[in-house]
Amino acid sequence: MPIMEIQNLTKRFGGLTAVNDVSFSVEEEEILSIIGPNGAGKSTLFKLISSFLRPSEGRVEFKGERISGLAPHIVARRGVIRTFQETTIFRDMTARENVVVAHHLRTEASLVGHFANSPLARRDESSFHESAAEILEYLGLGHVQNEYARNLPHGYLRALGIALGLAAEPEVLLLDEPFTGMNQDETNKAVEMVRGVRDRGITILLVEHDMSAVMKISDRIVVLNFGEKIAEGTPTEIQNDDRVIEAYLGREDEEIGI
Amino acid sequence: MPNQRSLIAVGVALVIYLIVLPALLADKPYFLGVLTTASVLSVIAAGVWLTFFIGRINIGQGAFALVGGYAAAILMTKLGFSFWIAMPLAGLTAALVSIVIGIPILRLRGVYFAMISLSLTETARLSAQSFRSVTEGAKGIVNIPLPGAVEIFGFTLIPDFSTVDKHLAFYFLAAILLIATFAAMYRLVNSRIGWLFKSLQQNEELASSVGVDIARLRVIAYAISSFLGGIGGAFFVAAQQSVYPASFQIQDSIYFMLYTFLGGLGYVFGPIVGTFVLFLSFEFLHGLNEYQPLIYSIIMIALMLWLPNGLLSIRLPGWGLGTKANPERARGA
Repeated sequence: MPIMEIQNLTKRFGGLTAVNDVSFSVEEEEILSIIGPNGAGKSTLFKLISSFLRPSEGRVEFKGERISGLAPHIVARRGVIRTFQETTIFRDMTARENVVVAHHLRTEASLVGHFANSPLARRDESSFHESAAEILEYLGLGHVQNEYARNLPHGYLRALGIALGLAAEPEVLLLDEPFTGMNQDETNKAVEMVRGVRDRGITILLVEHDMSAVMKISDRIVVLNFGEKIAEGTPTEIQNDDRVIEAYLGREDEEIGI
Repeated sequence: MPNQRSLIAVGVALVIYLIVLPALLADKPYFLGVLTTASVLSVIAAGVWLTFFIGRINIGQGAFALVGGYAAAILMTKLGFSFWIAMPLAGLTAALVSIVIGIPILRLRGVYFAMISLSLTETARLSAQSFRSVTEGAKGIVNIPLPGAVEIFGFTLIPDFSTVDKHLAFYFLAAILLIATFAAMYRLVNSRIGWLFKSLQQNEELASSVGVDIARLRVIAYAISSFLGGIGGAFFVAAQQSVYPASFQIQDSIYFMLYTFLGGLGYVFGPIVGTFVLFLSFEFLHGLNEYQPLIYSIIMIALMLWLPNGLLSIRLPGWGLGTKANPERARGA
């Protein structure tokens, strides 16, 4: 049974249909990528799935329950966590503090308990610090954990974004363009990192336009063009799909016919 | 945890504040009154500081001081409540009102929230003027009794303020309010709640993506802020034994913000420093009073240009007071 189902998702902004009747499902512990040329509606679809936008039509189901239309923090509580592109970070906190704060969903003590520093709150805090240290170490950020996030270079911020996502104990992690702006070497490392996250038992859904990284990492790929799904399949299938080639490279006769 | 040096510094400050100053000024009611007022203004300013801490520019604290003031006055004069019950209820009333108002307006950020909050003070003043049946309109509520005695099993916990030196009594009440408020604030910002507030200040979307209920938290922060405003309002009403629609005006709301700015937005104890420095310097420089708004404006502009992090950001040698809102607790934790 798929862990997530996207059913007939449509989003209209005024007269513009950004996402049109898109359906696909996400299997447990797979890496599924959504790709498409600029303006294909990838980002809108991403926000719809993470519930940062309400769909005009259609729904998103997670483990058989509708999550579209719920507040983002409630969707996060259910286990669907999104990350942002690298500039979205708690800039004036250290890397470690960022990740500790992101453990919010694991709190057992109440807010009053935290204020009173109850035993439960103290246990929360110490387990968060331990887990934060482990996550940072795992993502190769151990040596910069006490640096302020605003001082970290881009590659680290990308990893820190993923660390924030992991801290929230996701079942499905949605990654927003995790490889954009990286060189070959950095991309390879990031691909390894994302695979490692999946190997922790987390389903990964990512939006990306770096084709080579997507081909390397994905189990399956969904291709969007002008807001519609034009193909779905394994990387090899996608590479040989006429409609995908057409969407990315343009139609042959069009180019000749100019 | 605060280090030993800052504990000593806080201890010394408390001894001066609670023993030395009242002993020196016992027969100088004017000076006692000035310190009393500054103490309670800092409590109200602490609320403003907290709304800044979640990333909202609050120019409406006067409204909640007025709500608290009227709540206390009505509870005491019309319903016969003791001041000691009326004061916390006044704080709760202000908090309740702020929750109702806050749920819609806290969605706004930046200048939009600031503008709405600015209009709240005027709204509160006009409401106080219009609802004559409960507020007595422009006449105000006068002849409010002084705080009475609190006795437990025949043992007098707090004496009736009319039987003792009331200036000294109000001074100690203000001092206790200030100490309790800032102890609670210090604990708050250093607990997980403070970190969550800080996450709101830095990026609400990111906070909600990791499961933080941002709408609830910002209402909580605003309610605490307004509670402090209400408590302060109730205090002034009791000390002056009267309340009028003009008891707290837009000008006061702006001053609360200025006190907070001057002390420094990054420091829990900033509002105390800001309030005492500004308020005392004006009280003791009488001749300048008519130029007060002008000088305040200049200070405001100068602060933003040269000292955006407030007075406490000036690091004097040996100034080791652990007042910063974010001691780098992750280090070595």
